[in-house]
Amino acid sequence: MVAFTVNGQRHEVGVDGNTPLLWVLREHLKLTGTKFGCGIAACGACTVHIDGEAVRSCSMPVSLVEGKSVTTIEGLSPDGGHALQKAWIAEQVPQCGYCQSGQIMQAAELLARNKNPSRAEIVAHMNGNICRCGTYLKIISAIQRAAREG
Amino acid sequence: MSKHANMTTLDRRKFLTAAAGLTFTLTVAPEALTLDDEALADAPSVPGSLTAWVTIAADGIITIVSPAAELGQGTFTTLALVLADELDADWSKVKVGYPPVWDEKTYGNPQFSNFIHTVASMATRGYFTPMRIAGAQARRALLDIVATKWDVPVGELSTEPSVVVHAASQRRLGYGEIAAFAKPPAALPKIADKDLKTPAQFRYIGKDIARSELPLKVTGAAKYGIDVQVAGMVYATVLHSPYVGGAPDTVDDAAARQVPNITDVVRLPDGVGIIGTTVEATLAARSLVKVGWSNAPAAAYDSERALEEFASFARDKSRAGLPFRPQGDAKAAMARAAKVLSGEYRTRYVCHTQMEPLSATAMVGADGKSVDIWAGAQSPTNVFLQVSNLLQTGRESINYHQHFVGGGFGRRGGEQDVVLDAVRLSKAVGKPVKVIFPREEDLAYGKFRPMTAHYIEAGFDAGGRLVAWHHRVAAESIYDYRRAASMNTTPGTEAGKADGVVMFGAGVAYYPIPNKLAEHVLQPAHARLSTLRGVGVGPNAFAIESFVDELAKAWGKDPLAFRLELAEGQPRMQALLRTVAQMSDWTRKRDGTALGLSLQEKAETLSAGVAEVSVDRTSGKIKVHNFWAAIDAGLAVQPRNLAAQTEGGIVWGLGHVLREKIVIKNGRVLQTNYTDYEVARMADVPNIEVKVVSTDNAPTGAGEDGVPLVAPAVGNAIAALTGVRLRELPFAPDTVRDALGA
Repeated sequence: MVAFTVNGQRHEVGVDGNTPLLWVLREHLKLTGTKFGCGIAACGACTVHIDGEAVRSCSMPVSLVEGKSVTTIEGLSPDGGHALQKAWIAEQVPQCGYCQSGQIMQAAELLARNKNPSRAEIVAHMNGNICRCGTYLKIISAIQRAAREG
Repeated sequence: MSKHANMTTLDRRKFLTAAAGLTFTLTVAPEALTLDDEALADAPSVPGSLTAWVTIAADGIITIVSPAAELGQGTFTTLALVLADELDADWSKVKVGYPPVWDEKTYGNPQFSNFIHTVASMATRGYFTPMRIAGAQARRALLDIVATKWDVPVGELSTEPSVVVHAASQRRLGYGEIAAFAKPPAALPKIADKDLKTPAQFRYIGKDIARSELPLKVTGAAKYGIDVQVAGMVYATVLHSPYVGGAPDTVDDAAARQVPNITDVVRLPDGVGIIGTTVEATLAARSLVKVGWSNAPAAAYDSERALEEFASFARDKSRAGLPFRPQGDAKAAMARAAKVLSGEYRTRYVCHTQMEPLSATAMVGADGKSVDIWAGAQSPTNVFLQVSNLLQTGRESINYHQHFVGGGFGRRGGEQDVVLDAVRLSKAVGKPVKVIFPREEDLAYGKFRPMTAHYIEAGFDAGGRLVAWHHRVAAESIYDYRRAASMNTTPGTEAGKADGVVMFGAGVAYYPIPNKLAEHVLQPAHARLSTLRGVGVGPNAFAIESFVDELAKAWGKDPLAFRLELAEGQPRMQALLRTVAQMSDWTRKRDGTALGLSLQEKAETLSAGVAEVSVDRTSGKIKVHNFWAAIDAGLAVQPRNLAAQTEGGIVWGLGHVLREKIVIKNGRVLQTNYTDYEVARMADVPNIEVKVVSTDNAPTGAGEDGVPLVAPAVGNAIAALTGVRLRELPFAPDTVRDALGA
């Protein structure tokens, strides 16, 4: 049994401690906004926050999350109103959309630490997140917009 | 449904009732859905109005069907707004949904054999006119209903968004209000071209409308095939034969079965299915299954060795090729030519690696003949064809639930492999089964864009005019592979013909050379193959446009001026060339960087591009600094989205240039994940500027036209910068370093 908080709600799950957090979120807790992409922390689709830090949930054993606070895309804002979510719409970022939960969670960590990142800082922070539709330039614009418009 | 904003799925029963009666008919209000079909058939004057394409509810909500899979190309918005424009609907009241039934007669793409098949950038091209007509029919039906009600000539009525207006009496009636009382017309009104809007009257077409499904995609609410949860389902993954034709001979599953929550290990025709009650158990057990695979010719395949052979076969004109769109007599004209130049180029296998791993959920009935399927497929028609073939059942026994698609790029169009595995495994265990292929399987069992070797000759007459063109492409055939796998359902792809996907773009339609011959020098299929974004235009444009730059250099001409001459009488292409020249400030000399030019045509969509690049001679690493592109896809229905698609295509093409390659050795794919199959990342991406040139031609496709521009533009820029011609993709640092002789 592992106990932790997800989007402000406490959960106890009876799974093996080695189970990746990703599958606990997606298949046990039915929070499917967090995506499976590569399984080896190489693409960023599964990015969530653990105590405010962006983490690849596919490679995070759930035992290490004991007592911690997890935020997924579903919990980033109550109504899709986070500055990044609004900027993502304003810039019409997503195409297929599959990677975008991870992109937004990765970007949210950046803006929480750095209110006004430079383009180079954005690229350095986001380079681990793959988008096969090729929306990278729109992502940069949206992060810059969110920083600007807060 | 509130979570699903403006996405909805029309109710199947509601539609069937409508379809069983009139072609344009009333439908039932949502509260009536619990009634059975007989009760509905007897129901008097129920509110709402519907054609196969559009439902108007009494509250004014208008639901429009979009048959194309939403892959990220934006058809949920583009197709719906085309209908909404002619209907004169208030866009804020519009919801979009997949068809209630997958009926090809109603929803098939008229430009793809009436398949419901979202491939080849065909959705807007194929559905534009039918959906305009459907919108105009629905609008005219509303006008007729109101004319009767108010007893006024229909010609005195007009519409504003979602309102019918009688100006003379200043009366207005909203579409929802009409739906609340309307009775159906006996038949749909006939619509002639003159009844459609003129471009000046468009409210939505040609304007930028926000993508309707994006709110779902920034909150995690969008449901993809892999997100499906069905009561009582179990999970499965599959270990397929590493090579085509391999079957499981021996299976040692003892260790796999020891993994907690693993319930079954099932043999499949070309693999082994691992089934359990948790997904993590199946993925863990997959690596513990030891399989001895039966032998097959592909077991010894070595793609790098094969590429050398392909190149020698392409070069050897005594080896027959299958002609593709020949014009004139290229061989005779070549023999007479005063000067003949030739060039050779190579591309390697590349893989889709779409972000959403392949997944499908199936629930086969106890009879073994009926099935529910949940997935995100590019081709519902192929799901029906291939599943009905597998289960030997009629398509009415297949209930398909379409989802958002986490990247298609061709991988989910032709071969419905993951769906078929889900059906097989559900049938085997008698439960609903959700199958996920992990990324390692996505590559090991990848279906690749064919590897190619090109040999091109150009013949010039004594006056220096290009009079003969002969392009030989040595490659396997996607359709040969699919036929061997009993998975070919594409019409018009018989054996013994040039593969039109491989040869796409080899016709050089925009260079009106009098004698042209492209030949597919067919190689036996050893790899698993597929269509892939850009298809053959990617490799062919790389070869053709690299060669054209070499020809320009041989004649001492500027690459832009040379292309403008070659494209004589092709004003659309010439306009694009001049546009990208202007965007890139083509004639300005740079310090440490250089420009390269390219163009392409795919199914009447034209594009041109200029890359600005530099290269680190020590490491061989290429940096693309800027990319300027111009695209003419006819009437631009959604210009901003069209530009975004082109930009995405440029990023996709950049991956093929910089690093992406699949190598097969001893029948095994060497690449395993994003760590060694390296796609373009944010740091690779240059500034990209796309100019959408909207013309008064019918809209054509726009999902792929950035892809083929990148490789030749970058290669031409490197040649301009260094004098060295790069002849094979990818331009990986070690290859470039060797070529530069550093």
